[in-house]
Amino acid sequence: MKRRVVVTGLGALTPLGNSVHQSWEGAIAGKSGIGPITKFDCAPFKSRIAGEIKNFDPQQFVNKQEIRRYDDFIIYALAASEMAMTDAKLTISPEFSERAGVIIGSAIGGLSTLECELRNLLGANPRKVSPFTIPAILANLASGHVSIRFGAKGPINCAVTACAAGTSAIGDAYKTIVYGDADVMITGGVEAAVTLLAVSGFGAMRALSVRNDDPQKASRPFDKDRDGFVIGEGCGIVILEELSFALTRGAHIYAELAGYGCTSDAFHMAAPPPGHEGAARSMRIAIKDAGLNPEDIDYINAHGTSTPLNDLYETQAIKFLFGEHAQELVVSSTKSMTGHMLGATGGAEAIFAIKALQEGIIPPTINLDNPGEGCDLDYVPKVARRKKINTAMSNTFGFGGVNAVLLFKKYSESQISEA
Amino acid sequence: MTLEEKVIKLVMEQLDVTREECVLDASFIDDLGADSLDIVELLMEMEEAFGVEIADEELEKISTIKDVINFLKQKGIN
Repeated sequence: MKRRVVVTGLGALTPLGNSVHQSWEGAIAGKSGIGPITKFDCAPFKSRIAGEIKNFDPQQFVNKQEIRRYDDFIIYALAASEMAMTDAKLTISPEFSERAGVIIGSAIGGLSTLECELRNLLGANPRKVSPFTIPAILANLASGHVSIRFGAKGPINCAVTACAAGTSAIGDAYKTIVYGDADVMITGGVEAAVTLLAVSGFGAMRALSVRNDDPQKASRPFDKDRDGFVIGEGCGIVILEELSFALTRGAHIYAELAGYGCTSDAFHMAAPPPGHEGAARSMRIAIKDAGLNPEDIDYINAHGTSTPLNDLYETQAIKFLFGEHAQELVVSSTKSMTGHMLGATGGAEAIFAIKALQEGIIPPTINLDNPGEGCDLDYVPKVARRKKINTAMSNTFGFGGVNAVLLFKKYSESQISEA
Repeated sequence: MTLEEKVIKLVMEQLDVTREECVLDASFIDDLGADSLDIVELLMEMEEAFGVEIADEELEKISTIKDVINFLKQKGIN
């Protein structure tokens, strides 16, 4: 029988707040975490808005020396992991440390460190490059530092699948437990790439919203006036445990992670194909993995980036896969409030999906004034909705043609779904 | 500020250690909890602060606060 995987701890930093509680309260209140970029002078760029982490005090989680040496993406991962471990009331003791692993995804790793040290290298003294440069840039060092901090000696890895990185990480961590290679996984996604190079690079692709005069209205998934995504940063970490391991230690169970689907478009480096067959297939695989049928799905936390192509093609994929049921289920994009946190998105949105299951509240798609052409699903526009659900999926898609989907369901002792 | 005070102040900042821990014979690795990367960074800060260059073969000979002070004195810094 397949080993079952449950979620027992959550930790997050998002543009809506520096905890799961604040982020969730912000999301169900329909708040926007978007504002003008404050981290650097963005005057030369067309897009000058972002979902930045605000009022975060790193000294709660790391010492002064670590603040100086670690890139922000590592600090965010340490902070959210600490919150998740505390929430799970979990300490990794030597008895099971080899059965506890870490997989935290990041699209780009320590981009701000790379930019800073490149300036040193090209400056007056090329020898001024810090010996801590490389370990601050490498994307797997979020996982590395988290494993060191908590003493997790089992499998370690890092998903670097662009905007799907957090979801790929959680999916791989889930498989690691299902395959019997670990009983506990600290997993999720992190990103701290509101930087010169990312904003100018995505800007050059014409991928970013340029609604600079009205930042809180800029991320408007599925709306007819959407003009690109708003870059964001943050971290979402979940603690996964094998069911009997969690039950034995009396852990609080948020939800069961019942299925994971991953496919590739094999189409284009950045654009999804019309109809987005790969996305539909990824959702289908996750549903099959969970032993469910499409009509069992109640809620989809969409990738919903607010780009013209993604939102239309994701809608087409949902309609293709679910048929008539596409009009019954609810879909929302929390990116309307957080912006697109790149590799952190999968972690943070998994948490929003889990909270929706737990609380029976669907977070809204804000700024959805007039649905765009072909965008005709129930996107929970503007205000959150009370709705008891038994299943929630989280879609994320990334450059390189990655489609990754997680399926959470309410935990019940029996294997048979309540739905 | 004397040379000794300047060096100790930098060591305290870089290695996040107290004034009491910074006795002259304190070994960066054994007493102040540094690793080899910490020492490289610390000596880069010394180069910057005192306008000197520390060659790699000289770096290998430096393991205590006193070694740093002696090295700087040899370079004519007081």
